[in-house]
Amino acid sequence: MRTDQYQGHDYYLMDELLTDEHKLIRDAAREWVKKEVSPIIEEAAENCKFPQHLIPGLASIGAFGPYIPEEYGGAGLDQIAYGLIMQELERCDSGLRSTASVQSSLVMYPIWKYGSEEQRMKFLPKLASGEWIGCFGLTEPDHGSNPGGMTTNFKDMGDHYLLNGAKMWISNAPFAQVAVVWAKNEEGRIHGIIVERGMEGFTTPTMHGKWSLRASDTGELIFDNVKVPKENLLPGRSGLGGPLSCLDSARYGIAWGAIGAALDCYDVALRYSQERMQFNKPIGAFQLQQKKLAEMITEITKAQLLTLRLGQLRNEGRATSSMISMAKRNNVDMAKTVASNARQMLGGMGITGEYPIMRHMMNLESVITYEGTHDIHLLITGMDVTGFDAFK
Amino acid sequence: MKILVCVSKAPDTTSKIAFTNNNSSFDETGVNFIVNPYDEWYALVRALELKEAQGGNVTVLSVGGLDYEQIIRKALAIGADDAVRIDAPESDALSVSTHIANYAKDKGFDLILCGKETINYNGSVVPGMVAELLDLPLVALAAKLDVAEGVATCEREVTGGMEVLEVNLPAVISAAKGMAEQRIPNMRGIMAARTKALEVVSVENTTATTSVSNYELPPAKSACKFVDPANAAELITLLHQEAKVI
Repeated sequence: MRTDQYQGHDYYLMDELLTDEHKLIRDAAREWVKKEVSPIIEEAAENCKFPQHLIPGLASIGAFGPYIPEEYGGAGLDQIAYGLIMQELERCDSGLRSTASVQSSLVMYPIWKYGSEEQRMKFLPKLASGEWIGCFGLTEPDHGSNPGGMTTNFKDMGDHYLLNGAKMWISNAPFAQVAVVWAKNEEGRIHGIIVERGMEGFTTPTMHGKWSLRASDTGELIFDNVKVPKENLLPGRSGLGGPLSCLDSARYGIAWGAIGAALDCYDVALRYSQERMQFNKPIGAFQLQQKKLAEMITEITKAQLLTLRLGQLRNEGRATSSMISMAKRNNVDMAKTVASNARQMLGGMGITGEYPIMRHMMNLESVITYEGTHDIHLLITGMDVTGFDAFK
Repeated sequence: MKILVCVSKAPDTTSKIAFTNNNSSFDETGVNFIVNPYDEWYALVRALELKEAQGGNVTVLSVGGLDYEQIIRKALAIGADDAVRIDAPESDALSVSTHIANYAKDKGFDLILCGKETINYNGSVVPGMVAELLDLPLVALAAKLDVAEGVATCEREVTGGMEVLEVNLPAVISAAKGMAEQRIPNMRGIMAARTKALEVVSVENTTATTSVSNYELPPAKSACKFVDPANAAELITLLHQEAKVI
């Protein structure tokens, strides 16, 4: 890949709405990505392997649980800081952001919100430092958009629980030390259980053949009569609301991350349009190319405003799940469109690994599907405004 | 060892450059300011390395208004122990140097480090002026710096090779590329910077000895002219009459 020449784009001077600390955190993440990740990301995607040597660096820039309180190893930052870090990571690669947002929102968040004090002290500092990596088991082979239909279950055996079932499409699974798994008890109620690598009967086979998120490791979680200590049950929440609240946090991070992917595609296409000569002038001087660029920056700017406002509402505890659905759905779709138009502007060069656009395009096909599909989020908004549930 | 590192701000290198007030002022609208790279990457980081190896304290100092606090916080996040902002406009090099010297004169700094120049004005004179005002020795453009037993050993590039200099401390040293490697602030550093001391010093303004009458942008790049390889005569005519290089 070429030298990463990325520069941010801030058409509506949104930086003026950020604090100095927000900008410092974002710029540090951007500098780290340029120095450590950009030179190797294309090769990682080609090899279909998450570059695990990046984990300490991700921890050092605060990518693991930045909003978790300091007493548990987090940085105690606000939601906007979390969003900005996710934006900078996905600006480079959605798989990189996925690893960090799974760790933060789907593993650390439920342990922080629903775990016992002993669980918080045992797991959160090690997850914040990157010593341990976590994954989140909700989706099953037969239950994607309908997680409430899950069949993974556990039985109370007196001094322990016995866990059986399987989870699929799990980011970080192949190398995670910790899995937050959602399973039904004997009464059919969903609970969160922390499963640790090394427990007998627990395996995490890698899923192969992906054409998307290739720089992130994805696997299955198989539970074959796994004995889980009773102290590993998350005591603070039961029911589908538990995992869904984690998804709210993760989807919020995705809304920011998608802006990052779109910004990178726009940035590359804009620079290319100023350098690529055809008919004796830069292609950026032609109306059809300007239309693409103007529409890209317009849509990016709208998404930036939507998402910053969402961050402010989350800081105040006023962002609803439906608001988050709207931002995730809008921004990922926007990023897909920006990536597609940017790729066209680069012509044949757009399909090569010399530029990041094709990798972003392929990644975004996963991002528009996971953590609630594009259609499911539309139904969430539909239900919110009409009051009618159209899921079933 | 007590080290003072002087840091200035500079526009991000991707900024669009424009002027106001009849071309006599730089238009800061929409410009993103960064820590001057020579101050941050080389002077500050080498100061931190010396402190980490030998103990001591690193203070960063800026002369400027409230807008300077963003870059001062970054210097603290990278690892400086405390900071000082001299609350005065950056009128000209002598004015800035006078403020630095007045602050530093009775503080007992062993070493005053600056970047060799700012990347916007490229004046390169503040380190020399500070040294003169404090009656201290100066090593300018040092690409390497080591300190042992009160003596600083510096290397700097000269035509065809390197020059090694020794200077007794206290001294003023200006840092060139190569003295250290850039450090990216980590989250722990950013969090620690929240509570580090930032002293704001009010001063009587000094009178600038120079003022800017106007700025000019370099002429815009003209389009390339393509000459048919078979038409060498046209090429020679253009080089002779238009480009005036032959």
